[in-house]
Amino acid sequence: MIAEMTYAEASLLALREEMQRDLRVWALGEDLGPEGGLAGQYRGLQTEFGGARICDTPISESMIMAAGVGAALAGTRPVVELRFADFAICAADEIVNQTAKIRYMFNGQTRVPLVIRQAIGMRGGTAAQHSQSMEAWWVHVPGLTVLTPATAADNYGMLKAAIRCDDPVIYLEHKALWGIKGAVDTDAPLVQIGKADKVQRGDDVTIVTWSGMRVECIKAADTLRQRGIAVDLIDLRSLWPWDRDMVMDSVSRTGRLVVAQEAVRVGGFGAEIVAEVSEELWAKLRAPIRRLGAPRCPVPFSMPLEDACRISADMIVKAAVDSVE
Amino acid sequence: MTSREKSAVPPSGLPASAIPLGSNERFLSMLGKMYVIREFEEAAGQEWHAGNIRGSVHQYVGQEAIAVGVCSNLRSDDYISSNHRGHGHSIAKGADPIGMMKELFGREGGTCGGKGGSMHIADFSIGMLGANGVVADGVTIAVGAGHAIKVLKQDRIAVPFFGDGAVNRGPLMESLNWAKIYDLPVLYVCEHNGYAATTRTSDVTAGEGFIARARSFGIEGEEIDGNDIRAVDEVARHLAQRVRGNGPAYIFARTYRHHPHNLRDSGAYRTQDEIDRWKLKDPIKLATSWLLEAGVARAEINAVEGDAKALIARALTAARSAPWPQLSAALENVQDLGAPL
Ligand SMILES: Cc1ncc(C[n+]2csc(CCOP(=O)(O)OP(=O)(O)O)c2C)c(N)n1
Ligand SMILES: [Mg+2]
Repeated sequence: MIAEMTYAEASLLALREEMQRDLRVWALGEDLGPEGGLAGQYRGLQTEFGGARICDTPISESMIMAAGVGAALAGTRPVVELRFADFAICAADEIVNQTAKIRYMFNGQTRVPLVIRQAIGMRGGTAAQHSQSMEAWWVHVPGLTVLTPATAADNYGMLKAAIRCDDPVIYLEHKALWGIKGAVDTDAPLVQIGKADKVQRGDDVTIVTWSGMRVECIKAADTLRQRGIAVDLIDLRSLWPWDRDMVMDSVSRTGRLVVAQEAVRVGGFGAEIVAEVSEELWAKLRAPIRRLGAPRCPVPFSMPLEDACRISADMIVKAAVDSVE
Repeated sequence: MTSREKSAVPPSGLPASAIPLGSNERFLSMLGKMYVIREFEEAAGQEWHAGNIRGSVHQYVGQEAIAVGVCSNLRSDDYISSNHRGHGHSIAKGADPIGMMKELFGREGGTCGGKGGSMHIADFSIGMLGANGVVADGVTIAVGAGHAIKVLKQDRIAVPFFGDGAVNRGPLMESLNWAKIYDLPVLYVCEHNGYAATTRTSDVTAGEGFIARARSFGIEGEEIDGNDIRAVDEVARHLAQRVRGNGPAYIFARTYRHHPHNLRDSGAYRTQDEIDRWKLKDPIKLATSWLLEAGVARAEINAVEGDAKALIARALTAARSAPWPQLSAALENVQDLGAPL
């Protein structure tokens, strides 16, 4: 079945189906029941599955996370809702020192099959403590799988894949995408974790992006097409593991790379891609690689200041044009 | 009674005879502050709906007596810290509503230059150490300020305002132990409005909540009707005195927020009946009625209300006409070393 739905609704459907399919799947977090989560991602689930499987918690992030870990060790597959990435840091110890390391330290005696949902990104005036894009923090931690779906279809297919994954998955939805509609094919095979999405093919320049920045990159690619520049646009959608093959193939062909991320540029995940590409494809590059990311400042509240910290389609266009010319 | 039953029952007011003699003027000025907060919050809500204020706005409507009653008993160099619902605390401690409104609009001249917004208002010139977007983080910071007061041997106290939702965060528990073992001059003010966002706190809080937790660390305090400015005033005066130079204490104030959590939720998790019953106990209405009974003229009450309305009207005009901040401000005050770009 192919249906039009929002990014938030797609994740709701995915979770609902996974909970119907596997009794071990359950979710815990703040405010899941009454209003169904901040974007309705849990709407109706408590009525359908009961309070034990859609568990409303106190504001106790460390314990929410630790409960997920313990319950994963004891035979369930929890979906741990931490609301915003900014609050996930309240549970950073449980994520980094426990969740990520248990399988390894205990030499594979157990796995930690859980999904840690934490929305990222700017949504217009949410300021310094509700706007951060922290994907690079998690990618740096061995043991964690890190996903960044950017479309309704991916939020359906990837959440399902994450729930079925036997390792802990950091699942980063972007707040600005919650209301955006797209077609979801519920019969399509699940998204394979680690496989990027080729948004469009082109031979002139490769643009690599993920999460909310996909939207700006599509705008930029349209503008570039009008200027006669064909973009090979890749939405990584999985940051660990990331689709090296698709990126290397593309850049081998175009010889040009622009990486666009919303997160702070310094030490961001874009730096990893750039480093890998330049190590591997040095001889094939026809122009310096361009890397776009936010200035290294907290996200300011005021609209023009916040906008000054955003990577826009115009900036992506300029970077691509610079690299082609 | 369970805490759940208690939170659903409106608190009762003190009889008018309980007003200390000669205090009408003091209470009238407190009523004026409450009106300023009320007008500020209603205006902020309207401007949010009109699209002129972005982000989240958590209105303090219904809880004004707590901030005003407590802060009326603090000195200008005492510290407060606040949470996401922080406008009332700031105004009560003495922040300028005009600068605050500019901040909500993200304009130049805002309390934090437009960089913080509604959830991050701070005014260090009046000892307001900051509102906070992370539940309970203001509490632990206030305890740190209390620690500094002790290290510096100052005659000050630190007062964290926080909600009943914060009571279940681990750091808050750590703070109670800390404040007690170091005997810090901290007056905890727990504003129990019965809800944390869309969740009834009684559903997710074991035992008797904050009071039991504070007591288990050996911290004593008082439970009050947070909608009765006289009760708040009296208890705050007495406990602020006790805390000064001594160890911690708490105020546990029962109250209710009239509006949804942050203007975004439907509010469907509460019944209209519950809201209506609490609105009968509106702290401004309560204070007005007993001030009238105590002989204050209606005209005097109208005058403080009128002043508040005029002040907020000025704040709105000022905020609307203030320029946007210079773009360079985005990159200022990150840190001394290392360029942001
Ligand atoms: C650590 C953390 N978890 C979750 C949130 C999201 N959140 C913001 S306010 C709030 C409810 C707080 O309730 P309470 O402390 O009772 O204050 P009230 O809103 O009732 O004034 C929640 C869950 C947050 N800001 N920080
Ligand atoms: Mg509350």
